[in-house]
Amino acid sequence: MSGKPAITIKGTKEGLVFLLDDQCDLALLLDELQAKLDKHEQQLTGPMVHVAVKLGARKLGDEDKERIRSAIRRQGNFLVQSVESDEAVDESSDAKPVLQTRTGIVRSGQTVEHDGHLLLMGDVNPGGTIVCTGDIYIMGALRGTAHAGCAGNENAIIAASLMTPTQLRIAEVISRPPEEWASAEPTMEYAFLRNGVMELDKLTHLQSSRKEVMHFKGV
Amino acid sequence: MGEAIVVTSGKGGVGKTTTSANLGTALALLGRKVCMVDTDIGLRNLDVVMGLENRIVYDLIDVAEGRCRLNQALVKDKRFEELYMLPAAQTKDKEDVSPEQVRKIVEDLKPDYDYVLIDCPAGIEHGFDNAVAGADQAIIVTTPENAAVRDADRVIGILEKRGFQSPKLIINRIRPNMLRSGDMLEIDDICQVLAIDLIGIVPDDELVIKAANLGEPTVMNPSSRAAIAYRNVARRMMGETVPLMQLEEKSSMFGRMKKFLGMG
Repeated sequence: MSGKPAITIKGTKEGLVFLLDDQCDLALLLDELQAKLDKHEQQLTGPMVHVAVKLGARKLGDEDKERIRSAIRRQGNFLVQSVESDEAVDESSDAKPVLQTRTGIVRSGQTVEHDGHLLLMGDVNPGGTIVCTGDIYIMGALRGTAHAGCAGNENAIIAASLMTPTQLRIAEVISRPPEEWASAEPTMEYAFLRNGVMELDKLTHLQSSRKEVMHFKGV
Repeated sequence: MGEAIVVTSGKGGVGKTTTSANLGTALALLGRKVCMVDTDIGLRNLDVVMGLENRIVYDLIDVAEGRCRLNQALVKDKRFEELYMLPAAQTKDKEDVSPEQVRKIVEDLKPDYDYVLIDCPAGIEHGFDNAVAGADQAIIVTTPENAAVRDADRVIGILEKRGFQSPKLIINRIRPNMLRSGDMLEIDDICQVLAIDLIGIVPDDELVIKAANLGEPTVMNPSSRAAIAYRNVARRMMGETVPLMQLEEKSSMFGRMKKFLGMG
């Protein structure tokens, strides 16, 4: 065991906070917990004290949590309020959303929902809906409704080989072609938000707005 | 063992019953043994279009509930030896029969016929479930209108979910003059949206209405363009390769010359 204690006890307004090391062995941790509580036995008598146990990144089953609880509870005046790990460090939010590929025709009355980016190999027919938290790419005709960035991501885009949608939505913005814009381009296009307004552009212009650095091999 | 084919559309009034009656008759005309089943319970029409209304004794619900044998309920056509029809009940409701019961009836019919054509009611509710239950294949009828195409798309989606392999499409009531002026949905556009095999295009023809009112399927009248179209569909169902009907009316000598010269 290195110099760093496996258990740190801090006092807060609410009571005591037990910070348990999340790297060492659980058995070691319980031993040290017991030792620490025994050592301070005299000090730890008196009025009820609320205790919050923080496990750090360690994830424990209910059984192990109960072992910690009971160890602390043996000190008559300790009231264990919570035994919890740190809020799960959301790795998925850091990582880029995964691109999922699906094939088929989204027909009238059908809805495709996806968390992340979606590549659809096929058409979305009038009356069909595609809803995505990320970008929507359609290799085919978009004739129905597409909603990109449905969780509020205003940077999401909707791209389609043939852009003749019933309705487009990005985040909270709803746009109804052709009242607001008409697609006359024979090339692939994408819809995006600029200052909260839906716009349409050629897909070849996407690179400049995204400012993604790309390295191409070759001369 | 014959094939059970459901004729459906989603939208009403596009010509499901007319198509069922005419395809059934056309297949019989080509020497096939056919049984048509009307599943539009409460709103039966197939018997009227076929002119067989006055021959009905028992109906589909009677068979389903065991009040008669299947063969007793079948109505033999007055023109063909091997064309039969199982009428729907007129006084009952669609909920009075279950998809399982219809499936049983269709299964019982299949061994005795080359084709069992099931006429489906409009909508996608219980009546649709009944009609689709026993079918192996589906023919979707639509017209060149947005609403009809939308509903057809919906129905195709439902059928695909139920495991139907490649439903076939009939585009009904096409008006060549409106196609020419661009006021009607293009056949190619419809096929592109629905993305299923086209098995026939049927021009709008007043003779169809006249024939239906007389209880005589149009197919019997060889001078009707719709009749030729339905016969073509029947031949394609039997596996023949028949080119799609030329919708343009016979053009004038001058028009043909213009076309020849690349000006038309």
